[in-house]
Amino acid sequence: MSSSQGWDADKALSRIQEFERLPGALLPILHALQEEFGYVDKAAVPLIASALNLSHAEVHGAISFYHDFRREPAGSHTLKVCRAESCQAMGCESMIRHVESRLGVKLGQTTEDRSITLEPVYCLGNCALSPAVMLDGKLYGRVSSDVADFLIDGARRHA
Amino acid sequence: MSLKIYVPGDAAALSVGADAVAKAIGEQIASRRFDATVIRNGSRGMFWLEPLVEVETSRGRIAYGPVTADQVPGLFDAGFLEGKPHQLHLGVTEEIPFLKDQERLTFARCGITDPLSLSDYVSHGGYRGLERALKLTPLQIVDEVTNSGLRGRGGAGFPTGIKWKTVLNTPSDQKFIVCNADEGDSGTYADRMIMEGDPFVLIEGMTIAGFAVGATVGYIYIRSEYPHAFRQLKRAIAIAYEKGYLGENVAGSGKRFDLEPRMGAGAYICGEETSLLESLEGKRGQIRFKPPLPAIKGLFGQPTVVNNVISLSTVPIILDRGAQYYRDFGMGKSRGTLTIQLAGNIKRGGLVEKAFGLTLREAIYDFGGGTASGRPLRAVQAGGPLGAYFPASLLDTPLDYEAFAEKKGMLGHGGIVVFDDSVDLAHQARFAMEFCAAESCGKCTPCRVGSTRGVEVIDRIIANEDRAKNLELLGDLCEVLTDGSLCALGGLIPYPVQSAIKHFPEDFDKPAPPQAAGRTQERPSWR
Repeated sequence: MSSSQGWDADKALSRIQEFERLPGALLPILHALQEEFGYVDKAAVPLIASALNLSHAEVHGAISFYHDFRREPAGSHTLKVCRAESCQAMGCESMIRHVESRLGVKLGQTTEDRSITLEPVYCLGNCALSPAVMLDGKLYGRVSSDVADFLIDGARRHA
Repeated sequence: MSLKIYVPGDAAALSVGADAVAKAIGEQIASRRFDATVIRNGSRGMFWLEPLVEVETSRGRIAYGPVTADQVPGLFDAGFLEGKPHQLHLGVTEEIPFLKDQERLTFARCGITDPLSLSDYVSHGGYRGLERALKLTPLQIVDEVTNSGLRGRGGAGFPTGIKWKTVLNTPSDQKFIVCNADEGDSGTYADRMIMEGDPFVLIEGMTIAGFAVGATVGYIYIRSEYPHAFRQLKRAIAIAYEKGYLGENVAGSGKRFDLEPRMGAGAYICGEETSLLESLEGKRGQIRFKPPLPAIKGLFGQPTVVNNVISLSTVPIILDRGAQYYRDFGMGKSRGTLTIQLAGNIKRGGLVEKAFGLTLREAIYDFGGGTASGRPLRAVQAGGPLGAYFPASLLDTPLDYEAFAEKKGMLGHGGIVVFDDSVDLAHQARFAMEFCAAESCGKCTPCRVGSTRGVEVIDRIIANEDRAKNLELLGDLCEVLTDGSLCALGGLIPYPVQSAIKHFPEDFDKPAPPQAAGRTQERPSWR
């Protein structure tokens, strides 16, 4: 789980310096920043641009292109629910509707208490055990509405 | 000698509780003072039996599954360390029909060895391919791969050897091997399984590829949805460096090969090879015009081999056993084995490696046991989100690139998603367009705009607005997408849409559902 601490320019710079000499360093840097802060703050854009000799537009363009990179902090836990065909064939849509109403949010939103961010994902590679979800990077299979409730309750206890 | 107990560390096995089972077994071993070791192997690919626990006995490995943590004390009480009967007892693993009837070449070691033990890898035939490759000239290695008939397992089915030959023949100071591990198609997990269950085979395959074409650097681009596989590969690469199988003097040959895993960032399009290269270079994952081919101008403008995980992981056995051995499997122009992945509404979901030519019916019923729900099968989608929906009447189609193409379908990466009779194909066709709209890289107009228009047109068809006219319009739109898109995403998205209309016209001819009115106002994106 990302540590989601507040933005810290010095810390960001040191993470950028860790990777800046890699060929094609932008994605590794963005992943590192998101791991550090839970999201990629817009204040990171000029820092990255100057380290990699890119324009602000190029950095911003990459951040906005990829589904993974958040531009604002997420909740304490991230629940990714698979919406791909294999999971559809096993009824993921009704499980997702259940989760949405349980959490009072739609896909892509964070609960009011900021405990859980609910995200759609396209395929987690667990298609023989559909429906699949991923909670804080951990994969779960055969996720019925009951299992989803169990996972949500567990996550909320460790907010 | 310490007894060996195997509990898979594969992400799918973990997803149904393998870690808790391993922990419970560890506790029993400690409290009963047994001399036993728990090995976290890869998965055998019989996912309905996961967590599948195996015990090594004089009769071979005996399987138990699916095991839950609270059943573990009972297993010990029943004497499972001696392979004794229990309600979860499945007998000798290799004799389970699902496994016994396969031809495992690429997956020969997956689920059998400790994935991170290099000595296990070598004692099970690992690095024999490299050993032989080191005795051949680069051209001889390429010829061996060409003669084996190996075609790209990522989906496009392009002959691997021909790609390699182009890179070999393109002079450059720096060439690259890029492994496409952006396994984004729903219904597929073979890449993930091999990266987690036998990572050294991929490392060996990439090393051989490097020596064959004269590349000294390799990258593995893994999707971020596979954090477990990423960690596993990172560990395996570190071990290979430590033991001298990567770096400046690979296996004492004096030749250099460096390898680095890179994580993607959730963009489906990065499974397209030129988008992947852009992403590796640190840019938006927009596709490139072809030509120039990546084999001539690829990563950082240098000649680059871009191959799928399974293609590269098949190279070691081809070099080890010879081209002829491999090409003796298969049918027509599809040589060797296909790693079929049974998914969706299927009773026995899992990996079936088998020579090309098995029919869909045999895969789904003989191996898969039919639907999980027990309801009649209505549709099958092979080849991921860009693959056609087949009705039950096409189940006798053999799993072969050309046979699928003939039925206007696509074999792709070998994923087979089964749907029962509760599926609504108009909904699936809409989803295909919706998916394309969300995942389009935006470079070409037919895909960027056409996919959104596609969602709107299908919504009007579902809502019974000018149905005949809109079906015709959708046909025109699909033609534009097919002919005018730059890459396979826009170019193939008409497959699921048009196959749904062709084979399941009744789903497009239903009374409008009450909620259909106004649906077009929704943002046409599943994200």
